[in-house]
Amino acid sequence: MSVNLTLLIVMGVLFACGIYLILERSLTRVLLGLMLLANATNLLILSTGGYAGLAPLFNKSTDPRDYNDPLPQALILTSIVISFAVTAFMLGIIYRTWALARQDDIQDDAEDRRVAKTPSFDAEDDSVVPEETSEFPVTAVTEAAKEGGPE
Amino acid sequence: MNIASLAPLAVVLPILGAALTFALNRNPLAQRVVSIGLLSLTLLLECWLLASVWTTGTASVTLGGWQPPWGVVMVVDQFSSLMLVVSSVISLAVLIYATGQGMADGDREAPVSIFHPTYLILVAGVSNAFLTGDLFNLYVGFEILLTASYVLMTLGGTGPRIRAGVTYVVVSVVSSVLFLIAIAMIYGATGTITMADLAIKLAELDPGTKNLLHVMLLVAFGIKAAVFPLSFWLPDSYPTAPAPVTAVFAGLLTKVGVYAMVRTETLLFPGDSLNTPLMVVALLTMLVGILGAIAQSDIKRLLSFTLVSHIGYMVFGLAMSSIAGLAAAVFYVAHHITVQTSLFLVTGLIERRGGSSSMDRLGGLAKLSPLLALLFFIPAVNLAGIPPFSGFLGKLGLLQAGIALGTPLALTLVVGAVVTSLLTLLAVARVWNRAFWRKPEDAEYPDPVLKNTAGIGLLPRTMVGPTAALVVFGVALTVFAGPLFQLAGNSAEQMLDRTAYIRSVLGENAPMPGIAAPHGDAPAGVPAGGALPASPAGKALPAAPAQGGGK
Repeated sequence: MSVNLTLLIVMGVLFACGIYLILERSLTRVLLGLMLLANATNLLILSTGGYAGLAPLFNKSTDPRDYNDPLPQALILTSIVISFAVTAFMLGIIYRTWALARQDDIQDDAEDRRVAKTPSFDAEDDSVVPEETSEFPVTAVTEAAKEGGPE
Repeated sequence: MNIASLAPLAVVLPILGAALTFALNRNPLAQRVVSIGLLSLTLLLECWLLASVWTTGTASVTLGGWQPPWGVVMVVDQFSSLMLVVSSVISLAVLIYATGQGMADGDREAPVSIFHPTYLILVAGVSNAFLTGDLFNLYVGFEILLTASYVLMTLGGTGPRIRAGVTYVVVSVVSSVLFLIAIAMIYGATGTITMADLAIKLAELDPGTKNLLHVMLLVAFGIKAAVFPLSFWLPDSYPTAPAPVTAVFAGLLTKVGVYAMVRTETLLFPGDSLNTPLMVVALLTMLVGILGAIAQSDIKRLLSFTLVSHIGYMVFGLAMSSIAGLAAAVFYVAHHITVQTSLFLVTGLIERRGGSSSMDRLGGLAKLSPLLALLFFIPAVNLAGIPPFSGFLGKLGLLQAGIALGTPLALTLVVGAVVTSLLTLLAVARVWNRAFWRKPEDAEYPDPVLKNTAGIGLLPRTMVGPTAALVVFGVALTVFAGPLFQLAGNSAEQMLDRTAYIRSVLGENAPMPGIAAPHGDAPAGVPAGGALPASPAGKALPAAPAQGGGK
């Protein structure tokens, strides 16, 4: 199998840039990164088709081996359409983020932050018995405990 | 005519419904009738499929007349038809619930004209993913359901939903890209993307290449299934969506990932090459997930963490790759879809009755609404695995399979599974104590709705009805656990054997990779151009005309 080296290098660069960009906090850059990744993947699929050949239109006199493999191109077409839809949706979300918050950055989850700050002390579970809840007086029980456990 | 040839209708009917409801967007009543009617029809069809597969065995449908391995095939076997039926029951219940919520709310929050078509497309994507026997078509199924889920996740476009939606979309797209890269590499290595054909040809690959492809697929599916190191996005994004949307996501989307993992492990890469890492990951998923759940004070977030945690059980069953383990995993998937969805639907009711899903603001719901308490209690103890419910039976099956396996790692996982089960009980008991049992005035920040009991209407019947139906369905899984476990056992046996699956797609003469020598003769059932071990890449399909036209 022969591989087009130019395609491979371009693919590598696209992957590298794409991965760099999706690690950014700015949404527009993330979107650009995703687009680069999608296109790099399309190049990868294209290169799995092997060397270039004739258009796969059936002709009795052509040796089947001279045809190009049409399947990767069909896959790429599907994948382009899908990434097109996702890109459009992302653009919508980014615009909405801008309209709502006037910023392009991914925001933290407020609830995550709140839970992370919660002290390990839980008022309900961990505090000393807050009030008299049983018919047996607490003082009697604790005194009995001090004297070496209940009789 | 064989009923299995109607299998594509499970995808076509919801898409047709989506088109119709989109056209009817000015008439909410017609939308509701069409979407509920078509989904019920789909459910009936799928029950019929399950019954036929039960009696006659695995069947496949070639789409567009292209014979496998050239064309796209759909395969109906016991596992996929079981998943179809359970997923349709869930999606129908959630659809009725959402419709009820929309009617009760006067459709203020959610633009219903968008909701119905999107929801049906989501169902179509899920059905497609369960049915397909083609790796690229699986990717398309994932994309259909993911794109629909992006829209549902950000329904209404409020600040928190957009924020959660961004995380969700970016993570999903990255996992899809990984999946696509894996498909490209698999095609490059084998020259086919039909799963039954791959089952034969992947076995001939160099072990290093095979492992690479295996890991890439598992990582891509692991993100979708929310397996531990890749699960961070789920509790971050699910809780903000509307209750019915979260319910259907929790029930179905992660399970589609689990389903794909099961197919990867059993059909494409059988053998135990990655079982040890999978087991470790399963243990971590269980423990980290449930510890996260205990820390939460919001019921929806707590349930999202239990969702992550219980994915660990399914991965555990899968990683054992024994019939008993796989059967328990299949049973557990069916059980967990039902229970987790019911719990999220109940949380939607709690939000409605108590004004919030934060436990700091809730209290006394058991007295306010005993029916709601009952609806929460049954799936909650079911989730924790209290006998006699189906959660207990599924966990018992997993534990027995783990002990039967007997390796130190499997025994560690057995202990981990028991601990996770107990911690799940702790987590749901906290919800029960705080939201249902204590007095409303004991809540940290009691919601005013709790005290003002006069001015509230009752919960709408259209929302309580489907929730109750789903809870009853969960109990029915317990009552009919015998036949269900038998079905799970049969499907596990079939999946590990692979003969029925491969033969149903490639014909009776297909070579069996387990039986034939690894470097034996060229596969007899495959046309000559299909197998060129010397130059496996690229030009392996020289004479195949534009197969992708149907994709």
